[in-house]
Amino acid sequence: MLEIEGLTCRFGDKLAVSNVDLQIGHGAFVGVIGRSGAGKSTLLRMVNRLQEPSSGRIRFEGNDVTALRGRNLRLWRAQAAMIFQQFNLVGRLDVLTNVLMGRLSTMPSWRAFTKVWSLEDKALALSALDQFDIAQLASQRADSLSGGQQQRVAIARALVQEPGLILADEPIASLDPRNTKIVMDALLRINKHFGITVLCNLHSLDLARSYCDRLVGMAGGQVVFDGAPEALTDDVARDLYGLEAGDVMEVSEARKRPALSALPLGATA
Amino acid sequence: MSHAVVQLPPEQIAPLARLYDEAVAARRRHTYIVAAVILVGIVLSCWGGEVRPAVFAANAHRLGLYFWNILPVLRWETLGADLAEWYWNLDGWLKLLFETVVIAYLGTVFGAIGAFCLCFLASANMMRNTLVRVSARRLLEFLRTVPEIVFALLFVVAFGLGAMPGVLALAIHTMGALGKLFAEVVENIDMKPVDGATAAGASWTQTVRFAVLPQVLSNFASYGLLRFEINVREAAIMGFVGAGGIGQDLVEAIRKFYYSDVSAILLLIIATVMIIDMVTERIRHALIGMDQSR
Repeated sequence: MLEIEGLTCRFGDKLAVSNVDLQIGHGAFVGVIGRSGAGKSTLLRMVNRLQEPSSGRIRFEGNDVTALRGRNLRLWRAQAAMIFQQFNLVGRLDVLTNVLMGRLSTMPSWRAFTKVWSLEDKALALSALDQFDIAQLASQRADSLSGGQQQRVAIARALVQEPGLILADEPIASLDPRNTKIVMDALLRINKHFGITVLCNLHSLDLARSYCDRLVGMAGGQVVFDGAPEALTDDVARDLYGLEAGDVMEVSEARKRPALSALPLGATA
Repeated sequence: MSHAVVQLPPEQIAPLARLYDEAVAARRRHTYIVAAVILVGIVLSCWGGEVRPAVFAANAHRLGLYFWNILPVLRWETLGADLAEWYWNLDGWLKLLFETVVIAYLGTVFGAIGAFCLCFLASANMMRNTLVRVSARRLLEFLRTVPEIVFALLFVVAFGLGAMPGVLALAIHTMGALGKLFAEVVENIDMKPVDGATAAGASWTQTVRFAVLPQVLSNFASYGLLRFEINVREAAIMGFVGAGGIGQDLVEAIRKFYYSDVSAILLLIIATVMIIDMVTERIRHALIGMDQSR
């Protein structure tokens, strides 16, 4: 269980995240929605401790992770695996090395610097890649892959970290519709199959509605909605995105149909 | 073992791992070959150029000894008088230091002006005429491959002793070095505004003025300041060949074994270079900040 209490992040005199309280149960698939600049990314980055909180508390399985340092901090980061919008792979390194970077926190440094990976780590990384049908690309440079393939490499890297929690920061914002479905289905499968909690920032309301079992809406750094996807009415969405009534009607009408057709796919995956 | 990945059975892993290992082995071989070539290069260069590590090891203590020798005698009871004796020629040295900074400043400004004029002619994206571009590039190469001190020597012969030959020598080298950097900045610009200006009927110079200059100016300024830092150091040795600045007193002190003068002048030069580095770094950061806040 992930517990967030009064989490705040300040950049200069700007409040990026303000006094956020959240309790996320084990195995949940939570979508964080809101406009750009609402503080979604900062919230996720603070949970991984990539961004230092200004105040507040983060607890995971009862352990306080807000003040971890050194090796314990690195182990926590591995446990709270991040997936990024721009994949954040090292383009000039090969795919398998990128995945094996997910094992760095557990291996002795001589192995990392000589790139003499242990057989178990290698088998694990290849298995993770094979899970996404890209094991045959292991020796290719990461930047020679398509966006969808790169995001699957990034997810494989997250999985070999053996995470207890996956933090996905707009994972599909740079992908085409087909790869969007592949990546979201992969996240859903990880969530259902292995019971790993997923916290996912999303721009698209329809994707959020069809994949997540709980939605958290943010605006101006604060949580303004927290509930089941069904409870997110057009009125709430309008407030969340600060749209005119007509805009949100049009948008939701136009998008409802693909969202409904995506629903059974998400449920069976 | 893992709770997040379905492990493949070993017989499925083996072919995948073999494929990967073969690909990596080829790359590792390349790395080893490069490392071997570098190692052979070190050995051959030391042997051919008579650079003997043994000589260094045998005489390293003398270097320390020299620095010990150039330290002044300072006693606590007579500190004021000792310091005054150490820096007996402070006024003269400060005058020469000022001249050094002036040489560096003029050399940088004149060099930067020349580099600015040449860089657009030397960049592949702005100059389609190969003959002009190649000539501009060769000219820049020639200007920067001849060391400053050689130019300074030639100009001292031609124009006589003083700061003028130093300024000329620095300006010429700076023109070559900055011209290449400027041209690279121009080659990395976004070409969309250039297309926009050209499509609107702008001439070549107008395109440079309105579509290229706004994109490159802050980078030019940053490189110019960096060059000024380098040129202050270069100007400090211009005096070695009589081309003005503090170098003439430094080389005299070294040659005539005026030990405490050597340390006094070296400390002054180090202090000056540090101050200039700090100031220009601050200006450069301010420029970058200004660029981003816009």
